[in-house]
Amino acid sequence: MRALLTVTQLTLHEAGRRRILLAALICGVAFVGLFATGFHFIVLDMKKDAARNTSLELRMMLTFFTLAGLYGANFLAVMTGILLPVDTLSGEISSGVLQTLASKPVRRSEILLGKWLAFVTISILYLGLLVGGVLIAARIESGSVPPNLIRALPLLALEIALVVTLAIAGGTQLGTITNGVVVFGFYGLAFIGGWVERIGALAANRAAERIGTLASLIMPTESLWGLASYHMQPAIMRDVMITPFTPASIPSPAMVAWAIGYLVVTLGLAISWFRKRPL
Amino acid sequence: MTDRVIETRGLRKRFGAKVAVADLSLSVGRGEVFGFLGPNGAGKTTSLKMLLGLIEPSAGTARVLGAPLGNRAARARVGFLPEHFRFHEWLTGHELLLFHGRLYGLSGSVLRSRIDELLTRVDLVEAADRALRTYSKGMLQRVGLAQALLNQPDLVFLDEPTSGLDPIGRLLVRDVIHELKANGTAVFLNSHLLGEIEATCDRVVFLKAGRTVRELELRGRIDRLEVELRVEGAGAETLRGLERFGRRMSADSESIRLEVAERDELPRIASFLVEQGAQIYGMHAARPSLERIFLEVMGEDGRPG
Repeated sequence: MRALLTVTQLTLHEAGRRRILLAALICGVAFVGLFATGFHFIVLDMKKDAARNTSLELRMMLTFFTLAGLYGANFLAVMTGILLPVDTLSGEISSGVLQTLASKPVRRSEILLGKWLAFVTISILYLGLLVGGVLIAARIESGSVPPNLIRALPLLALEIALVVTLAIAGGTQLGTITNGVVVFGFYGLAFIGGWVERIGALAANRAAERIGTLASLIMPTESLWGLASYHMQPAIMRDVMITPFTPASIPSPAMVAWAIGYLVVTLGLAISWFRKRPL
Repeated sequence: MTDRVIETRGLRKRFGAKVAVADLSLSVGRGEVFGFLGPNGAGKTTSLKMLLGLIEPSAGTARVLGAPLGNRAARARVGFLPEHFRFHEWLTGHELLLFHGRLYGLSGSVLRSRIDELLTRVDLVEAADRALRTYSKGMLQRVGLAQALLNQPDLVFLDEPTSGLDPIGRLLVRDVIHELKANGTAVFLNSHLLGEIEATCDRVVFLKAGRTVRELELRGRIDRLEVELRVEGAGAETLRGLERFGRRMSADSESIRLEVAERDELPRIASFLVEQGAQIYGMHAARPSLERIFLEVMGEDGRPG
């Protein structure tokens, strides 16, 4: 355990010194700033037209914009969650850093889990920072935040943990670029799967819906976002399915269990692959 | 407890169809400085990685410090300096040693004083708080050497320890190896520099095409001497007569060379030459150079094509 935490500490230390996290932070701050500015002018505009909109319409519009901001925050956090750890194993294997590390009296599982813990922590903190920024801006400008955040935000954190786990598992077997391509490919597959399912549902096309479900099983990230955004919408928005953030079908709790199992199994596989990996 | 720190028998590693190490059979004693020699591609680094538990062997048996390969308790007593040592370049030398010390389970004042001691030993006290990215190749190699010695190991693996070092740095490494030996630490030295091996090792093993093909004691009994004679007045008959004292005789206008089995042959050769009426102007005997033996062992096929 001590060795694991030492590796975690080194990895956190490393992230703090690398430019990639700084770049992500600058992008994050720019994103929140842009969102807050846009939101401010939209609210201003809407207040001018207050006579034409009912308060319900107003609230729905504002929730819609907040969800758009959260979607952006989620996307940026996913990118960071993939890019930060994508070269941690493959890069250190090719540079020889891991050989020195693994010759110490440390289990390979401790090295892997130490890194995993650090990257999950950083990525979730980054998500928290972006989501927090969006929510604070929304609260200041509109006076309200989406409902059920307590239920929704852990789902987003799980989504981020999932992509970090996948990127680390890939790094035990693949080179940095290939690993990045594969993990982004999985994420893209889930994203497209979600849209195929949504369109399939609108067109009552069962085959398209099944494809979407299958994509969610292969990579549950889009389902997690779908469920989180479902929770964060007022009941009326969910019922009329009027926004791109409304999932075609409400992902069942079984999907959350699937995602947790997916993460645990991927992490287990990563440990097993890394143990056998010639260094 | 066994007095062998490394014992391997028929250790083998294959990567797909390629056999990197065909048969590694060797043993290293406690406190011994052991040289591991072979041309590029002979399987030296793969062998070393197997002994360190970084690569799993495909076949064979091996024990390091009495434990199976990769055993964690044994690794706590092992140090390793990889070839071209590199680590996160944003760490300072001091932080690097702190981190590796913690991985060895050291902490507090014990770790701090060990770090200070090693920084002094490898002459990096002044650079200790600088980031590794500002280090020269030689400084990186020296800080790498320090991290390999943090745990006061019983066995140290040094993979080309002097690569990138200037003559002073090389001397430092040589001195450290002598100190380790004096403290009873065994050193497994993988190096291309035959002079370095000759100066530091007690024994060497030659690895050829993944097999340990020959072992040679460098300290202790000498079983072969090269003799160079500067003689005048030695006729064809005298030269023929000299052949019975040794082998591989060659002669030119300057000198006569031959190999003898033992030192006692030298006065006999001198007597024989005097008896034959030849005048001796010089007689020099030395162990054949490691380079010569290396080339003999590797043969023509060991040379780069």
